[in-house]
Amino acid sequence: MIVAIAIVLSVLTLVGAFMTIHSKKLSIAVISSGLVSLTASILFLLLAAPDVALTEASIGSGLTTIIFFYALNKIRQNHD
Amino acid sequence: MGYIIIITGFLLVLIGLWGILSQKNLIKIILGFTIFDTGINVVMVSIGYVKGKTAPILDIISAKDALKSVVDPVPQALVLTSIVIGLGVSALMLVYAIKLHHDKKSLDINNFKDLKW
Amino acid sequence: MIKKILIIGLLAGVGLIFFNLLQVYHVPTELNNKLGAYYAENAATQVGAANIISAIVVTYRGFDTLGEVTILFLAASIISFVLKVRKEDIVSDRFTSPNSEILIYSSQIIVPVIFLVGIYIFINGHLTPGGGFQGGAVIASGVLLMMLANPSMKVSHNLVAFVESISGIAFVVLGVLGLVLAGGFLDNRFLPLGEFGTMLSAGALPLIYIFIGLKVGAELSNIIGTISYNQNEKNS
Repeated sequence: MIVAIAIVLSVLTLVGAFMTIHSKKLSIAVISSGLVSLTASILFLLLAAPDVALTEASIGSGLTTIIFFYALNKIRQNHD
Repeated sequence: MGYIIIITGFLLVLIGLWGILSQKNLIKIILGFTIFDTGINVVMVSIGYVKGKTAPILDIISAKDALKSVVDPVPQALVLTSIVIGLGVSALMLVYAIKLHHDKKSLDINNFKDLKW
Repeated sequence: MIKKILIIGLLAGVGLIFFNLLQVYHVPTELNNKLGAYYAENAATQVGAANIISAIVVTYRGFDTLGEVTILFLAASIISFVLKVRKEDIVSDRFTSPNSEILIYSSQIIVPVIFLVGIYIFINGHLTPGGGFQGGAVIASGVLLMMLANPSMKVSHNLVAFVESISGIAFVVLGVLGLVLAGGFLDNRFLPLGEFGTMLSAGALPLIYIFIGLKVGAELSNIIGTISYNQNEKNS
């Protein structure tokens, strides 16, 4: 059961990473990288590392995504 | 399960490297760096995984048989440090990208030729 | 074209290295790492913390944590330096459409709860998963929600600088106290270890983690506040 969950999450992580690099729109890429961090945090939980999972979910998935969006917003404001 | 997750980590590193090398957009390159970072963290934590052992927190386990029942705590402590530094580094790279765009009105890496002659 | 071939060749090479690494890897059934075994065996008696990772991060490898906090501080100050905002550049009369009432009023209820969760996470860092870094990130996300609800809000630089410098100094002072009164830099045993697994245990470890949490929360809030300023680029 846990192995099945791990396989599903791994596939989801890899698809998110591929979408991050491959998609043409920057907002989709940023959201996909947030998805990668979120699923990676569940993988950390499966590896018996709750501390790391908590850090990855709050910092890697939450704050990094928001900082990217603020940067995109600033770049768009500069553009016109 | 350790195998699946360590392979995922290696593939994440490869995808991140591909993104860093092949993309033209600065934001995409920085996203490649964050993917690379996540991949390395996954690999490090899965190296410390021991089959059938539990998290290194002694709430139910008594302190005497901690050695027999926990996974390796050292890689987890290192990764904890690495994630926080990763946020600082990617924020720094984004700020430089904003500054470059402010000066050149472009995010394409081929337009920055100041050090090329 | 030649670029693509080079990239594919490089990726194949790195992939080959990873494949070779993977062949010697097998999931262990015993804790083989001597250092990890030492920490797992002695963290409870030497440090008195139920969370072994907190014991490593704050006490055994506390010097690394000092370096990490320094790196974060440097990143925050370089960001403020690069995105310097002068007084006359701040656009105050820029038209912004008002936020939805649901966001504004629910954020007033949720933000104190988020701060409380953050403080809970870093006060309980020696007992449960979590600690200063996670709690600081949660506090920073509370600040972020406040800024989303009210975009014209500014993160007060004086408050951030005050919290950050006070907790940074307190962190180093606690470390030096450990050096003077106990075994070494950031040793937590100059306060009594207390009963294992209770709130007031593990000596000075919760105190150090509280200061780390405040410092990290202030730094992350500062990064978010700086990067979200609306800058009028014509004047700059």
